[in-house]
Amino acid sequence: MITFDKTTKTYEGGVTAVDGVDFTVEKGNIVVLLGPSGCGKTTLLRMVNRLETISDGKITIDGEDSMSLDQIALRRKIGYVIQSNGLFPNMTIEENVMIVPDLLGWKKKEKRERFNKLMEMIGLSGEKFGKRYPHELSGGQQQRIGVIRALAADPPVMLMDEPFGALDPIIREKIQDEFLQIQREVKKTILFVSHDIDEAIKMADKIVLLRGGEVMQYDTPSEMLVRPKNEFVREFFGKDRAIKSLSLHTINDLQEVIGLANMDETISDTITINVNHDLRNTLSMLLNQEADQVIVIDDEGNKLGAITIDIVQKYLHFEIKAKPTLVQKG
Amino acid sequence: MNKKKVMSRVVSFLVYGIVAVFFIWAISNSYFNYIFSQSSTFLYLLKQHMQLVLVSSLLAVGVALPVGILVTRRSFRRAEWIVSNTVNLGQTIPSLAVLALMISILGIGFKTAVFALFIYSLLPMYRNTVAGIDSIDENLIDAARGMGMKPIQILFRIELPNASYSILAGIRTAVVLNIGTAALAYVVGGGGLGVWIFTGIQLFDNGYLISGAIPVTLLAIFVDYLLRLLERKIVPKGSKPPQET
Ligand SMILES: Nc1ncnc2c1ncn2[C@@H]1O[C@H](COP(=O)(O)OP(=O)(O)O)[C@@H](O)[C@H]1O
Ligand SMILES: [Mg+2]
Repeated sequence: MITFDKTTKTYEGGVTAVDGVDFTVEKGNIVVLLGPSGCGKTTLLRMVNRLETISDGKITIDGEDSMSLDQIALRRKIGYVIQSNGLFPNMTIEENVMIVPDLLGWKKKEKRERFNKLMEMIGLSGEKFGKRYPHELSGGQQQRIGVIRALAADPPVMLMDEPFGALDPIIREKIQDEFLQIQREVKKTILFVSHDIDEAIKMADKIVLLRGGEVMQYDTPSEMLVRPKNEFVREFFGKDRAIKSLSLHTINDLQEVIGLANMDETISDTITINVNHDLRNTLSMLLNQEADQVIVIDDEGNKLGAITIDIVQKYLHFEIKAKPTLVQKG
Repeated sequence: MNKKKVMSRVVSFLVYGIVAVFFIWAISNSYFNYIFSQSSTFLYLLKQHMQLVLVSSLLAVGVALPVGILVTRRSFRRAEWIVSNTVNLGQTIPSLAVLALMISILGIGFKTAVFALFIYSLLPMYRNTVAGIDSIDENLIDAARGMGMKPIQILFRIELPNASYSILAGIRTAVVLNIGTAALAYVVGGGGLGVWIFTGIQLFDNGYLISGAIPVTLLAIFVDYLLRLLERKIVPKGSKPPQET
């Protein structure tokens, strides 16, 4: 658990980058710091592991004032991932991943086991990649190594500063999914910086929307989309926020409310889609006309019905837009 | 790319050819004879030459490296330009002026020669140390700090290994230059193979000249080779600059 208590940062020269921020990141949650460039996301994040000093207010981690802890020990208990992966070119992948365990004095055997386990989590062979150097890996692989490096010593808290921001969209989506999968297992308390609304909606249990160092709204993604607290929040998520909020719903949700269309057995050009797929991706699939008919299947592969643009639209209309708070003013 | 390769082949063949012709010419005129007929003097001068190079280079490494490391510390960044300018200034003072000054303080001999060589080795070593450390991506240092590395660990595990290519290249350049420059030690009574070279010049005796100059050249080539081997050993595989061909 991380608690910000009137946390403030004023840089030398007078820029107040973070201004009296109050919120709590619950244990095991991902909280995304979202906002335009320069709104203080990075600064706020870096105050947690004391890469930036706190000018005023405080930050407590699991009930302890961060200033009362030893700075080095504190940082070793907090995983840190940055956009440019920060892998050390002079070290092999294994050495890179095992830095914090090494600093903490783990035994060789423990480190080796841990390394292989972490590599397994991201579906890479520890055997094959351990002795390689970072520059021999693709950008996506490097970034995933950056992520497991932060997880290496099993820290309760993780700080991630636009960790997937430099990746191309397709790989980014994959790694986001993979990371969510890992998070379901490890349940870390995570502060995650992003300037990408879609990413924030996808990753966040809760979003902190910042402007000029102040919190505009702290809420779950759906609350923020459905009930923006002020004009800034409304504007930030934009006019198409109803469509954006589709990514919070799955085909399953739709099926429960309005049901699916009947399958047409005479159409041969069909593709299947899992019932747990989110509606936003489903819609873009439908719009791209990847096939004449899209059939929904469950985890066992049973065909449940067909899905069409019309049905998604209907669902959007009744289920999302129809909620009174979502009716747009003006 | 291929054209370049062919060109460099041609050039190196030409160079080797000229060198071979030169050696045949020198040997047929028995210009190397002094090395054998006065072998004890030769060995003495060679040893003196190597001492000049070794002592001055070690001193220069001992000063340039720590100073380079010091000025690249966070808290020191502001002092960097003062140090850099001082070192640069040292380089622009006419060599003769420095020598004259040193002779008046240390007198004529080995010490003065070592001091002069030391001064001239400082700049390439210092500059490459600073450049090497400065060229390290700031994000790497940030990641290292964020993971809880202490400053000393960051220096030895991140900064120096990743700057090692540049640092060692600076040392190699300086030492190789130093071997040549040490031939001038004769002028301030510092000894070394320069004694034969200058004797040869003064007496128009190609034998002395070549018996002094060729060993200096070979020494430089040999040391360059050794230091390159050392670089290959020390510089971590992942932080080598892309291979030039
Ligand atoms: N080291 C610094 N010194 C002075 N001002 C800074 C420093 N770092 C960031 N700032 C300023 O603080 C504000 C917030 O920056 P930052 O936290 O990096 O924003 P974000 O990560 O949201 O883009 C910006 O106005 C930026 O110019
Ligand atoms: Mg930032």
